[in-house]
Amino acid sequence: MSRIQVLEERCKGCRLCVDTCPAGVLRPSGRFNRQGYEVMEADEGCTGCASCAVMCPDTAIRVYRSVRGATA
Amino acid sequence: MASAKHLHPQEAETPVFDVNPVLGERATHYCPGCHHGIAHRLVSEALYELGVADKTILVASVGCSAFAYDYFNVDSVEAPHGRACAVATGIRRARPEAVVFTYQGDGDMAAIGIGESLHAANRGEKITAVFINNTVYGMTGGQMAPTTLIGQKTTTTLHGRNFHSEGGPIRLAEIMAQLQGVAHASRCALDSVKHVKEAKKAVRRAFDVQIAGLGFGFVELLSGCPTNWRMDPVSANRRIATDMIPVFPLGVFKDVKGT
Repeated sequence: MSRIQVLEERCKGCRLCVDTCPAGVLRPSGRFNRQGYEVMEADEGCTGCASCAVMCPDTAIRVYRSVRGATA
Repeated sequence: MASAKHLHPQEAETPVFDVNPVLGERATHYCPGCHHGIAHRLVSEALYELGVADKTILVASVGCSAFAYDYFNVDSVEAPHGRACAVATGIRRARPEAVVFTYQGDGDMAAIGIGESLHAANRGEKITAVFINNTVYGMTGGQMAPTTLIGQKTTTTLHGRNFHSEGGPIRLAEIMAQLQGVAHASRCALDSVKHVKEAKKAVRRAFDVQIAGLGFGFVELLSGCPTNWRMDPVSANRRIATDMIPVFPLGVFKDVKGT
C-alpha cells in the first residue's frame, strides 16, 4: 500500500500530476488553499511510482511506499 | 532535511520521494504549471549529490528566474541582464575552488546575453550554464524571444513569427556544441517523467565537466510557459512534445570525456 501526501499550501493546482499519474488516482479535491488554488488529492490505488512528484513543479508531493513484509 | 517537519512516516512506510536540503523551503513565485520549479529541483539534486553546495555560487539572471536566489540554499549573485556568464567568469577566475553556475532564460541568454554567453563558452570558462528555453519572454509579458517558433503568436508577433521579418528560432545547444571550449552541450525537455529523468542526468553532467576542469557545461531545458502561451498548464505541457521538440531536437550534442 502506497500513498502520497499533497502539501496543500505549496500546490498551485496546475494538474500536471493528474495528467501524469499512470494509475489515475489523482484528482482535484474541491478545496482551495490560502493562495486560492484548488489543491489535488489522491484516491486509493496509488502504486508509489512517484511520477506525480517528479512532474510537480512546486515539489508539493511526497510519496511513501510500504515496506514489504512490514505490518502497518 | 528541509521538509522533515512535513513528514509523518509511519513505521511501515518509507519515503520514496523527498526534496533535498539544497532546494530552499520557500514556495516559488512561478505561475502554476511553470517548469522552472522542476529545473530548480534538478539543479539542487545535482549539487546535493555532488556534495558541493557549500562552495557553489549561483549567478542569477534577469527574467522570471531573477529570484532564483531565494530558492537555492547556496551563495548567489544577481547579474545584470544577459551578463550572467560574464559575471560567472569573474567569480570562477577569482575563486577557482568554487563551483559556479548560471541559471538563465532564453530572453536573457539567447537574446541580450548571447555575446557574453558564446564568448564565455568559447573561452572554455569552467562554469555551468542552465538555459531555460520556453520560447517567450516570460517576466515582461510574453514578447518574442530568439527561440520563438515560426508561426507562434506573441505580444510582439501578433500574426505569428515570420521567418522573413523576424528570423527563425535559435538552436543554442547546437551552436554551443560547435565551440572548442564547451565540454558538454545537451538539450532536454521537462514535459514527461522520462524526459525529466534524462534532464537530471544532463544537468549532473554539465556540473561534472566543470568540476573536472574540462570546460564549459551547457544544458538547455525545454520548458512550458502556460501564462504567456495563453494555455492551461496541461495543454502547455503537451505543446512541448508536439510543437517544440520537432524544432528543438533533444540529445547530447557534445560531451568531452576526462582523461
